[in-house]
Amino acid sequence: MSKAPPLLQINMLRRLMIGPVTLAVDEGDCLCVSGASGSGKSLLLRAIADLDPHEGQVLLQGEPAAVIPADAWRTRIGLLPPESSWWLPQVKNHFRNGMPVPLDHIGLSGDILEQPVARLSSGEKQRLALMRLLSNRPQVLLLDEPTANLDPDNTRRVERVITEYRRAHKAAVIWVSHDPGQITRVANRYYEMREGGLQARDIEGRQWLN
Amino acid sequence: MVELSYVDLVIAAGLVLVLALLSIRLHSNISKQLVIAAVRTAVQLTLIGLVLKTLFANASLGWVTLLAFVMLLIAGREVMMRQERRFRGWWGYAAGTLSMFLSSFAITLFALIVILGEDPWYAPQYAIPLLGMLLGNTMSGIAIAMDRLTHAAWEQRDIIEARLMLGERGDAAISDYRRQAVRSGMIPIINAMAAAGVVSLPGMMTGQILAGAPPVEAVKYQILIMFLIAAGTGLGTLVAVSIGSKRLFDERQRLCLDRLRQP
Repeated sequence: MSKAPPLLQINMLRRLMIGPVTLAVDEGDCLCVSGASGSGKSLLLRAIADLDPHEGQVLLQGEPAAVIPADAWRTRIGLLPPESSWWLPQVKNHFRNGMPVPLDHIGLSGDILEQPVARLSSGEKQRLALMRLLSNRPQVLLLDEPTANLDPDNTRRVERVITEYRRAHKAAVIWVSHDPGQITRVANRYYEMREGGLQARDIEGRQWLN
Repeated sequence: MVELSYVDLVIAAGLVLVLALLSIRLHSNISKQLVIAAVRTAVQLTLIGLVLKTLFANASLGWVTLLAFVMLLIAGREVMMRQERRFRGWWGYAAGTLSMFLSSFAITLFALIVILGEDPWYAPQYAIPLLGMLLGNTMSGIAIAMDRLTHAAWEQRDIIEARLMLGERGDAAISDYRRQAVRSGMIPIINAMAAAGVVSLPGMMTGQILAGAPPVEAVKYQILIMFLIAAGTGLGTLVAVSIGSKRLFDERQRLCLDRLRQP
């Protein structure tokens, strides 16, 4: 019996100064990426989500992007950008599929949904943007510094929610992070982005575990 | 109708000249522009007068079509120049020109054949002024709408891309800005219709009255023209904004701002 293809397979991906990047990510993987600013981490995530033209191929469960309509592709491979955007007046208007997890799991109370977007803090926006993304039930999460605006308590809460989601939905996560502690807590694979390529690194303070 | 002699025009030109001299005395530097614009008016209108005179004498479909296309191409260029972030290359010109062709030409043909029913239907006394008024007005509507659309795509690119990231298609992600663009393109003609006769006496009606037409007849023509312009502007704006919002995305539903020229 042939082995099932990896959940996400990246072959010879090139975009501007990035690449070629070849990488296989399996169900349940949490792969952290760090690297100097400007090294191309965000560009890599954008290329995987097919938001920018690129060379090479990305396959989801063995199917190349070209055979999956772009909107379906980006529903299944959800990208969380560092800055969230809101275009409707009320928070709740942005949630048509309901909440993926109760809001108190990320340290928010339910009445935040009734608020106008203009009154949200950057940390609240960041957590709500993650909820909005998870409500699409993506199979792959591309997270670009998802806890950059959060205090330590809420950072831990968000890490837990993402890990639970990954386990419950057999999802894969590619997580851009600069925090060694966070990488140790959440990742099972760790890469550093350098000169356009991904270089495997050991996870600090921890022996290999999978 | 009182026929104007060239002396009459020279007297009127004298008024402009007095104004120009006055602005020199006031050290305002507008006098040169004023004189150039006045000379352009005289030269351009004289030339088009001669063209129309020749055209009326040889009312063939070929000549009318030729002049119509020259007018269209000039209007198309004008639409392009009025957009700050227009599409690069051939598209910048084609999007506006094609939508003007579809709207102004279609509405003019419809009015000539179905409503006016003159024989021949392309009689240049009707065809050319009608097309001119339609082109002039759809031109502003389309230029405003396209400028608004491309501007919004640039300013709101984060929002549009955030919506793409959440699995929306390009047309859904830009739908709000598309609606706003169509609305801004239509506002001038809606305002003109609302103010007609109360605040402003439209030029064509005034002209017909000066030429001795009974006011009620002139009013009927003006109403016809206003409706044609509204239909033409609406149609042209919708077509232009559709072409534009398609062109802003590629086949993978990516927002392609590199297709816009930087101001």
